[in-house]
Amino acid sequence: MIRFTRVSKSYPKTGTAVHDVSLQVNKGEFVFLTGASGAGKSTLLKMIYMEERPTTGEVRVAGTSSVNATSRDVAKLRRKLGIVFQDFRLLEHRTIEQNVGFALEVIGASAAVIGGKVARVLTQVGLAAKGRALPRELSGGEQQRAAIARALVNDPFALIADEPTGNLDDRATRGIFQLLREINAQGTSIIMATHNLELIRRNEFRTIEMARGQVVFDSAEPALPGTRTP
Amino acid sequence: MSRAIRDVLDDLRRTPLLSALSVTTIAFSLFALGLFGLVALNIRQALDKLEDRVEIRAFVAPGTTPEDVGQAAGDVASFPEVQSATIVTPEMALKRAQSELGEFRDVFEGAVLPGSIDVRLKPGQRDPATVKKVAERVKTFSFVDDVRYGEEWIEKLYRLRNIAGIAGLVLGFAFAIVSVIIIGATIRMAVLARSREISIMRLVGATDSYIRRPFLLEGFAKGVMGGLLALVLTWVAQTLINRYVIETVFFTTQVAVLGLLFGALIGLLGSAVSVGRHLRRV
Repeated sequence: MIRFTRVSKSYPKTGTAVHDVSLQVNKGEFVFLTGASGAGKSTLLKMIYMEERPTTGEVRVAGTSSVNATSRDVAKLRRKLGIVFQDFRLLEHRTIEQNVGFALEVIGASAAVIGGKVARVLTQVGLAAKGRALPRELSGGEQQRAAIARALVNDPFALIADEPTGNLDDRATRGIFQLLREINAQGTSIIMATHNLELIRRNEFRTIEMARGQVVFDSAEPALPGTRTP
Repeated sequence: MSRAIRDVLDDLRRTPLLSALSVTTIAFSLFALGLFGLVALNIRQALDKLEDRVEIRAFVAPGTTPEDVGQAAGDVASFPEVQSATIVTPEMALKRAQSELGEFRDVFEGAVLPGSIDVRLKPGQRDPATVKKVAERVKTFSFVDDVRYGEEWIEKLYRLRNIAGIAGLVLGFAFAIVSVIIIGATIRMAVLARSREISIMRLVGATDSYIRRPFLLEGFAKGVMGGLLALVLTWVAQTLINRYVIETVFFTTQVAVLGLLFGALIGLLGSAVSVGRHLRRV
């Protein structure tokens, strides 16, 4: 479903961000992606939703290959993925309902479809009563729930979450993580980049650790010599 | 398309100051272009009026029969370059001189002026080379004493006309380029103001053409509004010039509509370039 084959990514100014990574994420998996800042986690995630293309190697996501995907293919791929960021990325002048509906609006869904789906996902993330609020009227945890609702509204097969709890306190972190677990339990793959080792230790999900652009630990693979448990 | 229209209206409502600034900038760029166009138009009109006075006067030798003169005038009138050939008898020449030079009326008392065939050329055939060619042909009639056509001033007029034409083209092009750059920068500000929205649209799977649409529509609308404002400003300027400085002419309806379309086109192109560059970068 998501496959990296000998993927490297380098930038002219900052050098190599990802080096020779090969891995696969299967349907329904929950994967923690961890590592220090600058280890290459975000670049790896960006290559999944094809914000970045590999310098060498291939990323293949639900049949779309980084080698030959057009901008239209990428747009179509993103409709099948949910993407969540640490800074929520909500539109400040739109209500929560409108923010969530925005993901359906841009793909040309009708008002009736948008209304029904938005109500469903807002209930799922626990924000049914706050649909008319503006983002600034919500707490950080609630804003992240709204961002997750927007990511879920298209029924994605995978949810890419780049440090989704990075800006949240412990209580909100637990709430968001619980929500992600529930989403995963319904069959959606989750790939979550996080620095929160406590969260990783308390949960038995697959963990991939990166350092200097390389995968140094993958709990799904036999331990490599010189690697360690995160 | 309805979504794009709604987005444009939303944006105009949300950022009225920026939108007003865009429209004003477009308007003033086009106003500068319009003023220049007005000056060029009026210089051209003045030159056309001067050119309209280009005339070949073939003086007829005394004693030539009216039949010969009439025959010659008919021949000359059939030249492809000629618009009209008018016979001026000595009596008519005297009357004309007396009316044109009223203060020297007495000088002409009892004078005898030569008759002539006054030849006017068709528009587009009044350049020095054609005038000279026709004058030389007219001169070949045996009873034609002399041919005058103000050779020197026709050449000066044409030189002036050519210079004005080239200067008009160069300056007009420069003005248009500057307008496009200013308008492009204005629209770029609008694009940058919505860059966050654009990046979110891309993340949720909007295609580039979907993202572009409202910006193109907005650029078009701002171009039309700016064009209208520029037209009004140019009209006001022309009215004031007419009242206080010199009588001038204004653009025809077709030219005014072309100006508006030019504004709309610039708005559209400026938007296309700005949003295209932005989409390539993000």
